[in-house]
Amino acid sequence: MEFRPILSTLSRHKTAAALIVLEIAIACAIICNAMFLIGGRITQISEVSGVADEELLRVQLTGIGDDPNPDATTRSDLAVLRALPGVKDATVLNQVPFGRSSWNSGVRIQKDQQRSSLNATVYMSEEGFMGTTGLTLVAGRAFEPGEYVDFSELRKPGVAGEVPVAIITRSMGEALFPGESPVGKSFYSWGENPTRIVGVVDHLVRPNAQGGPPAREHTMIFPLRPTYDVGGNYLVRTDPTRRAEVLAAAIKALRANPPQRIVREDRSMSLSDIRREYHQQSRSMAWLLGAVILALLVVTSLGIIGLASFWVEQRTRQIGVRRALGATRGQILRYFQVENFLLATTGIVLGMLLAFGINQLLMEKYELPRLPWYYLPIGAVVLWVLGQLAVLWPARRAAAVPPAIATRSA
Amino acid sequence: MFSYYCNLALRSFKRNKVLTALMVLAIALGIGASMTTLTVFYVLSGDPMPGRSHTLFHPQLDMEGMNGYLKGEEPQIQLSRFDAETLLREKRGDLQAMMTGGSVSITPQKAELVPFIAEARYTTAEMFPMFQVPMLHGGAWSAADDEAHARVAVISKSLNQKLFGGASSVGKTLRIEDADVTIVGVLDDWRPSPKFYDVFAQRGYGETEDVYLPFSTSRDLKLGRSGNMDCWGDTSGQETDVNAPCAWIQYWVQLDTPEKVDAYRQYLMNYSDQQRAAGRFERPTNIRLRNVMEWLDFHRIVPSDVTMQVYLAFAFLGVCLLNTIGLLLAKFLRRSSELGVRRALGATRNAIFQQCMIEAGAIGIAGGVLGLGLAWLGLWGVRQQPVDYADLAHLNTSMLLATFAIAVTASLLAGLLPAFRAMQITPAMQLKAQ
Repeated sequence: MEFRPILSTLSRHKTAAALIVLEIAIACAIICNAMFLIGGRITQISEVSGVADEELLRVQLTGIGDDPNPDATTRSDLAVLRALPGVKDATVLNQVPFGRSSWNSGVRIQKDQQRSSLNATVYMSEEGFMGTTGLTLVAGRAFEPGEYVDFSELRKPGVAGEVPVAIITRSMGEALFPGESPVGKSFYSWGENPTRIVGVVDHLVRPNAQGGPPAREHTMIFPLRPTYDVGGNYLVRTDPTRRAEVLAAAIKALRANPPQRIVREDRSMSLSDIRREYHQQSRSMAWLLGAVILALLVVTSLGIIGLASFWVEQRTRQIGVRRALGATRGQILRYFQVENFLLATTGIVLGMLLAFGINQLLMEKYELPRLPWYYLPIGAVVLWVLGQLAVLWPARRAAAVPPAIATRSA
Repeated sequence: MFSYYCNLALRSFKRNKVLTALMVLAIALGIGASMTTLTVFYVLSGDPMPGRSHTLFHPQLDMEGMNGYLKGEEPQIQLSRFDAETLLREKRGDLQAMMTGGSVSITPQKAELVPFIAEARYTTAEMFPMFQVPMLHGGAWSAADDEAHARVAVISKSLNQKLFGGASSVGKTLRIEDADVTIVGVLDDWRPSPKFYDVFAQRGYGETEDVYLPFSTSRDLKLGRSGNMDCWGDTSGQETDVNAPCAWIQYWVQLDTPEKVDAYRQYLMNYSDQQRAAGRFERPTNIRLRNVMEWLDFHRIVPSDVTMQVYLAFAFLGVCLLNTIGLLLAKFLRRSSELGVRRALGATRNAIFQQCMIEAGAIGIAGGVLGLGLAWLGLWGVRQQPVDYADLAHLNTSMLLATFAIAVTASLLAGLLPAFRAMQITPAMQLKAQ
């Protein structure tokens, strides 16, 4: 294939050629970055929570006025929930994964450390916590029965709020003690005395996005039994197929269990629904970005079709002459395909530079990571294919020009 | 001449229906995307207190101990209860109020209604005049009520509707947790957006609260609080005590003149110095006094996704325009012979240029109308999203006008280059080729 005649033709249509190259370049740059953003959102949406999302229900309730003995009420609530048919286990929590509202605390490795090493979220747990949530221990052990204390005890005046043992996530362990096993090590968070790490769980996400992606699993579990008036979250584990039925039964049972309290039905749902709501924003953004990519592809291909058909029409006579001089239909077809390939390639090269420029801006403004290189070839292939598909129709029309047209006057 | 050019444009559209439709569609898509995102951005970055936002200020003090001190770091974003109560007592602004959010259970008197939870705000009397909260019935409580820990409440229009069927409930009793309070006022519709006075409550764009109670009363009744709280010392489990080292109070002050702002800033510095001398504060004096818009900017209240969508939409509009430039160029140059004949018959270059621009402008107007429909559709889509600003996403008059202005400007810009090329067509060349 001869490039020279194509190049010399293009040089006579600089404006139109430049427009199409620019359009392809901008489209390429946006598409690369949009795909990268979608990738990030998908990673967020599909994160591992650490708990058995599909099997859990959250029932939230609030007291009316002062409960003189919330510990007793909570124990009675839990007994009622665990006795319900279809309930595997139940527990009470101060916060739930994806629930947004959270308890957080600074963590230091040395007692006299001026600034915290990191900020971690605190799940308070009672005996049914591990069984209900389905967390996986990867090192150390679970809490022993004697280690659990009522959280209300800690809040009594004159009691130093201390926590001798804790379970943390692997992610938090790696952040505190890189490359070492955290089991047996201690940190300082609540009160003056150290907290010893007895176990490590594989995963457990924070209730919200505090601290950004690196701190997503900076999570610790304390053996402190919360009461229903601390966050008011009951977590019930059941079979995924029985969730609706068990949720209704749990709400009914808690309503019947004295003292009278208010079940927040708007917030009582399966954990997978809470999770879906939590990720809704990311999901919409991913779809929106996808729609923009699609719209860009459509608009760009319309531009290519429009311009290519104009060129075909303009060069009808030259095409006729070439055909009369012996050029085959295939050669004419290929001429327009190669022309499009050259334009697309120039656009893609420019577009890649532009993609890195846009990524640089996003990195500064939105603290996004650098665009991984592999998005560039994907973007390039997409635009090459798009260009070839778009030019096919005008190019076939060009190939259909009869040689006899050369003999007629324009 | 104008109507003749319009006539010519119409003929040209008829001749190339598909090409014209493509151009209109491209502009409409770009405009629709841009206007949807721009409207959301405009609504979210709006001024919640028009005409007053520059006189409302949010003071911050560095109240913490030396532990973890880093020079120049942002002080606590909220005040401790002790400092808020002291500033309120000293009354150095034109108006001032301390407040925090919470939720309370309400037991309706009507037997057919079950107890429910309502969002509440525990505040002081001057919040109502300071934020110019509109009242439907009755009014706010007084500073004396704050002092007396009076059992009074102001409720929202919707709660009044729910509990009392819309009739004035002033003087009636409201059962909150296990206490009775007397309703003294009912709000009219009030929805400052963003909800600047407590940006942590619901990501900033939620509904306003249903129940307003004197702060002092809320402490007597031990009502549950919510929102951000940051503690830096031993709280012994009593985080809401006057002397607890915890920041959880939002404090707002109205300062009507720049002189008063300067004086208040000085007052905050003196106050910090005094507190340090008294041993309460340890860190060097480090205060902030931002007005409403500065406060919202500082907290980047507009979600980053929303700004990203605006950039994305305008980049897309850019591609659509490039596309239109290319197509218009093809369209005009395809008519070279026709334009050549017009030139030969005496039309000036200027006339050709005008004719082309009118054609481009007409495409812009058509694209604008269609784009408006798409924007309306896009905003409908935004309203279906479970975000707290969903119900705010509506087109208003200024956005409507902006849509057309942008569509026509964009299409005229897109027409410039092709029209310029078209007007340079030489009559002789075209006639010869024929």
